[in-house]
Amino acid sequence: MKAAVVVFPGSNCDEDCFHVLKDVAKAEVQYVWHKERNLPPADLVVLPGGFSYGDYLRTGAIARFAPAMDAVMKHAREGRPVIGICNGFQILLEAGLLPGAMLQNESLLFICKHVYLKTETSNSPFTRGIKKGAVLNLPIAHGEGNYFCDSETLKRLQDEDRIAFRYSSETGKLGKEFNPNGSVDHIAGILNEKRNVLGMMPHPERASEAILGSEDGKKIWESLL
Amino acid sequence: MSGNHTRKFRASVKVGLKTSVLDPQGKTVLAALHSLGFNEAKDLRVGKHFEIVLEGNDRTSVETRVKQFCEKLLVNPVIEHYSYELEEVKK
Repeated sequence: MKAAVVVFPGSNCDEDCFHVLKDVAKAEVQYVWHKERNLPPADLVVLPGGFSYGDYLRTGAIARFAPAMDAVMKHAREGRPVIGICNGFQILLEAGLLPGAMLQNESLLFICKHVYLKTETSNSPFTRGIKKGAVLNLPIAHGEGNYFCDSETLKRLQDEDRIAFRYSSETGKLGKEFNPNGSVDHIAGILNEKRNVLGMMPHPERASEAILGSEDGKKIWESLL
Repeated sequence: MSGNHTRKFRASVKVGLKTSVLDPQGKTVLAALHSLGFNEAKDLRVGKHFEIVLEGNDRTSVETRVKQFCEKLLVNPVIEHYSYELEEVKK
């Protein structure tokens, strides 16, 4: 697999993504500076986490106009996989590649901890190696991960099986007490209509090696191989 | 819009969360007012305010541009609404 990691000013998970793709998933990886107008030949495009443009205005609102984003949109429109993690998810929302928007966490706190996620669908290139209902242990680190969409959009996401991950208990139980940020319907990750674009707040790249406490993130990279 | 503009305007843009969207920050600020004894405060929403100076030839075309600023960048219509006031700045 060939992968491209887009780097914006303020990205800070780009090196983690690069490392995991190269050394764990054994993919061919390249960085793409946000000013580039073209992507290198890549199967997968990664929009990494961080604080692009200092989170000014709204998270992801300025990054989505970076020159490289036109190429990312084209890649997505052609049906090829794009994953946005944390700030990358926020950029995908602002770019309109995924529906909805991010609000500040309900608690107003920046939350940095491991959470459990219930895999809600195996029907995507990112989750095809994960059993529906399987629970993953991944870290979150965000101040604005409170996913919001109107009820019509939510119904579509549910009916079209486009909710990829929900925050849950260790055994996959759903409830307000397992939802760290107030996200509507406990949503942690969603897919686009064509199912080739995934946005998720938790960080699989920070949990793909045993030394980091969890290897569950690896299941996403392995699904993509 | 390009070339020589003859007039200068100041746009004052207010952006707020839609009423259908919860505002935890607003709730917290309201609770802080209450804790200071300002109990008559009954509702509070936190928003953003932009002051923009721009050039143009006439009010109508400047207004169109301000709306474009909002819809393209300043406002996320999924969660926010906006309003604006426009005044001419005398040179």
